[in-house]
Amino acid sequence: MVNKPVISATAAAALVKEGMTVQVGGFLGCGSPDDVIAAVVAQGTKKLTLVCNDSGILDTKGGRSTSVAALVANRQFSRMIVSHIGTNPETQRQMNSGETEVVLVPQGTLAERVRAAGNGLGGILTRTGLGTEVADGKQKIAVGDHVFLLELPLPGDVALVKAKRADKAGNLQYSKTARNFNPLMASACALVIAEVEEIVEIGGIDPDQVHTPSIFVDYLVKAGGI
Amino acid sequence: MIEYVENKEIIARRIARIFKTGDVVNLGIGLPTLVANYLPEDVTVILQSENGMLGLGPAAAPGTEDKDLTNAGNAPVTILPGGCFFDSATSFGIIRGGHVDYTALGILEVDQEGNLANYKIPGKMVPGMGGAMDLVAGSRVVIAATTHFEKSGASKLKRRCTLPLTAAREVDIVVTDVGYFQVLGGKFRLLEWFKPYNPEWIVEKTDADIEVMGTCRCSDIE
Repeated sequence: MVNKPVISATAAAALVKEGMTVQVGGFLGCGSPDDVIAAVVAQGTKKLTLVCNDSGILDTKGGRSTSVAALVANRQFSRMIVSHIGTNPETQRQMNSGETEVVLVPQGTLAERVRAAGNGLGGILTRTGLGTEVADGKQKIAVGDHVFLLELPLPGDVALVKAKRADKAGNLQYSKTARNFNPLMASACALVIAEVEEIVEIGGIDPDQVHTPSIFVDYLVKAGGI
Repeated sequence: MIEYVENKEIIARRIARIFKTGDVVNLGIGLPTLVANYLPEDVTVILQSENGMLGLGPAAAPGTEDKDLTNAGNAPVTILPGGCFFDSATSFGIIRGGHVDYTALGILEVDQEGNLANYKIPGKMVPGMGGAMDLVAGSRVVIAATTHFEKSGASKLKRRCTLPLTAAREVDIVVTDVGYFQVLGGKFRLLEWFKPYNPEWIVEKTDADIEVMGTCRCSDIE
């Protein structure tokens, strides 16, 4: 097995270039790659397209910010493809003012579109969104007696994911509900950077307990600095 | 003269009686989350949380919170013995695949055709649908949980939704703080009312077609 490079969060952020589509794991901050996100904020790279479950929690009164909320506040996205923005009033403001394009995608459809991109599928068929604005302009396909919406794959240039543990080969193991979109995004992007809390020797993770196979992962970042 | 007083607790208590042991249930954030507090002791349901868990347990006690264990609203929670975790694709596979028996969720509007709106007030408030569109399209039974009236006094039960829909014709049951309704045949069928209201008052105050069923009775929940 080949060891994956372990790089700093700053070096990881330097791999995120202007105009890229960035897929960020996590669900309202649970399972978010916080160190790499902070480094991308510090770097200030603009015109990014975000693919994420949500745009984070931005609570200006409580002084709390999770997931990509600081990137939103720093206006680093020109486009966001997300399922939920209700916990980040700044996203809603940018959307209403026209500063940022926000595409709302049902959460299950978002998961499947990302999975389709990583799994060589030409799209997925779902009943979710039929009879709503989500169906506008999309192809409908009848299979037997049922009509489905065709939803297309959603690939990315770079995935920023978070795992509990990696071995040096890059096999990943997630923790509890911090798994969410992370393994899907690790399959769907040209470049995959995994921020992890612990890096163990090869063989240190039971092969039966690997959630993301090492071949999906390009770089490891140790959370909390090297 | 009957005066309407908002009562979220009675909605949660009534919904909690719908389930039977073994049912897989997803409770939305907000009012539906309260349902878990009122489940009868002899009924054991399996709560699904769309962020990736079956066997959702109570909120984590202060000091025991785990940053990797939250519900879909980012609150620290626990998992019950026998529960398990999975990724978002599996989570929504469970939901769309018809493996969730009931979903209870909050609404902005619900109409007599079973249409539901809860994710967008154009130009005003746009939280996004999150998992709601999948939950409503995929769950076997959809329960809309809502106060009967808006602050303005307008009923949230409508003839026709005016806001962008979350899903078309998917709502089966509506529980408000005045009664319990089934949505069938293009109307709301009143099955139970809560004190101090009565069927005549509910029909008069609601701008929708309501059929008071012959079996309609006053709920014993107070």
